[in-house]
Amino acid sequence: MPSNRPLLRIFTQETIVLLMAVVLFAGFAVALDGFTAPANLLNIVRSVSVLGILAAGMGIVVIGRGIDLSMVSIMVVTVAIQLQLLQAGWSLWSATAIVAVITVGLGLMNGFMVAYAGVSALFATLASSAFVFGFVRSQILTQDVIYIPETAGSLLWLGKARLFDLPLDVIVFLAVVLIALVLLRWSRPGRFLYLMGDNFQAARTMGIPVRPLIVASFVASAVLAWLAGIASAVSLQSMNTRLVNSALLYDVVLVVVIGGIGLSGGKGGMRNVVVGALLIGILLNGMTILNLPNIHQNLIKALILLGAIILDGQLNPRDEQTSQQGDI
Amino acid sequence: MSSLKKTFRDIVLAGACLAGAVSGAYAQETNPGPEAYRSALEGKRVVMVPMTMGFDLAQGWNHFIGEEVKQFGGIWETRDPNWSVDAGAQAITDLISSAEKPDVLIVQTPDLNSYSRLFKRAQEAGIFVVQVDNPSNYASDVFAGSDWKRLGELETQAVIDHCGENSSKKIAVIQGDQVNASSLDQWAGVQAVLERNPGWTVAGTADSNWDATTARNAAATVLQQHPDVCGIVDFWDATAQGTASAIRDAGLKDKIFLATTGSGEAIDCKLLEDGTFGAIVTSELPRQSQDVVAAIKILLQSGIKPGASKNYLYTHEVARTKKDLTPNTCWSQAAIEAAAKK
Repeated sequence: MPSNRPLLRIFTQETIVLLMAVVLFAGFAVALDGFTAPANLLNIVRSVSVLGILAAGMGIVVIGRGIDLSMVSIMVVTVAIQLQLLQAGWSLWSATAIVAVITVGLGLMNGFMVAYAGVSALFATLASSAFVFGFVRSQILTQDVIYIPETAGSLLWLGKARLFDLPLDVIVFLAVVLIALVLLRWSRPGRFLYLMGDNFQAARTMGIPVRPLIVASFVASAVLAWLAGIASAVSLQSMNTRLVNSALLYDVVLVVVIGGIGLSGGKGGMRNVVVGALLIGILLNGMTILNLPNIHQNLIKALILLGAIILDGQLNPRDEQTSQQGDI
Repeated sequence: MSSLKKTFRDIVLAGACLAGAVSGAYAQETNPGPEAYRSALEGKRVVMVPMTMGFDLAQGWNHFIGEEVKQFGGIWETRDPNWSVDAGAQAITDLISSAEKPDVLIVQTPDLNSYSRLFKRAQEAGIFVVQVDNPSNYASDVFAGSDWKRLGELETQAVIDHCGENSSKKIAVIQGDQVNASSLDQWAGVQAVLERNPGWTVAGTADSNWDATTARNAAATVLQQHPDVCGIVDFWDATAQGTASAIRDAGLKDKIFLATTGSGEAIDCKLLEDGTFGAIVTSELPRQSQDVVAAIKILLQSGIKPGASKNYLYTHEVARTKKDLTPNTCWSQAAIEAAAKK
């Protein structure tokens, strides 16, 4: 009905998910003792901060109508190489410098495959993910879990460091979201990224340098993946390369999609990443306090996400005029 | 007379010599051991399919079992499913139907059921099946590894012993998952000890899903809800790293006693030494491997058919704390790698 449409327009996926998060939060706050304790609120944010950093990188690529399935692989591989070099006696700075070059190189590789070789982002990053991990795991690393050596005292210190009582991973998450938000909203490449994601052909015709922009978005996601890896490693004092086989990548895509950054590109922003991550964080935290086993947690998580997607489909039906071929 | 005596003496001497020579020859020909050992074992193909080759347990087995198989003239091979249950099943299927069938298959099964049918098929094809570390519902020729329930009891008892009766009597448990026997059995062990110790309770428990980050987040939440727990049992050293980081972050490192289990690789001893772990029950990998080696040697000589017997070889395990540490408590992967390169 066109008449009540404006009212319904407030119910975008983002607001639905935000509402769900608020309702869940209120429910847990009433039902569970200690849920609203400041330390627990910090736990909630912390439990999703690495996921959030990854989702920020994924969000940037998705806004430009791409997808980066190699993020978890890059995160694991770059940090693992860094720790391996440290164990071999490299200094922190030289190990970090060489890994920075590797990270940018991996982003460039993904970007060139998509922008210049014309491979679809889905397949290009799927392939690079398997290749990069396979190569590094078989040729360079001997172990699944690589520990931060005691000689790298400053990395170990970072894991214990607190700024305003916030641990490093939370600070990095907040900083990444803020910087990405500013860049996406007010910088020229940021605005171009939206235009390109919304309508690639039109953006190209307008003279937007679409190819460099695609490459840049993949470099950004690679660097954020590395950052997420460091944030995770300093806290755990190790990097477990088995993360590649975990559901982490799906959770990253989930946060992006559930938060409301459409996979068709040109929509959403960092706010959506925060909302999506918070919903997941609140859910997991509450269910852990309830001592629910993992399988039940996964089931409930899936049901709530499914509910959000169906509700969004009902309230915001697909617009046949603007939907594009290739929409996921 | 004297000549007769002399003749007699000569005969006795000659007889003695002869007897000596005969008995010498007898000794040589009647110790059939080395030859039987050699002929039964030489050229036998032993293949190991762990859950992955990329972790401490598998690399330890590869060294401790593999070296010995090569010593007795056997052929030692490994397959790497890299945590994929399907890839493992495929590897076992290929081995069963290959032209050069293994004589002994050593498998670390990922769960209770996945490979049960394949084990049966392997035995029907004339292959001995040795399961290591993770038990399954299928009783094969040999299971060698931990009695995980007993292991859970040892961990819990270590926590209770350390905390004492004057503590809060509350513990937390970070489990693995709800499908893996090693996790389910450890949980049963925790319960058994709590039953014997009235007043002790599990204040909070969560699954790590064998992931250190999940363990850290879960432990942080549990500690936030129950800051008075005096000890935590974590079912694996890799996830206990995450649990330890939650304890550190909560500023409770000196108050909370963390007990866990691991392969006994050098890192375990280091973490025990620096106080990250309070107690660890290691799976005693070198001795466990020796059990597997002995089982292989016996099976291949016994003349019995695969599937004809079912044997369980549990490793004797103890909970160790910092004061039990000796330079030989842990084995070192770095040393194994260095040895392999020589």
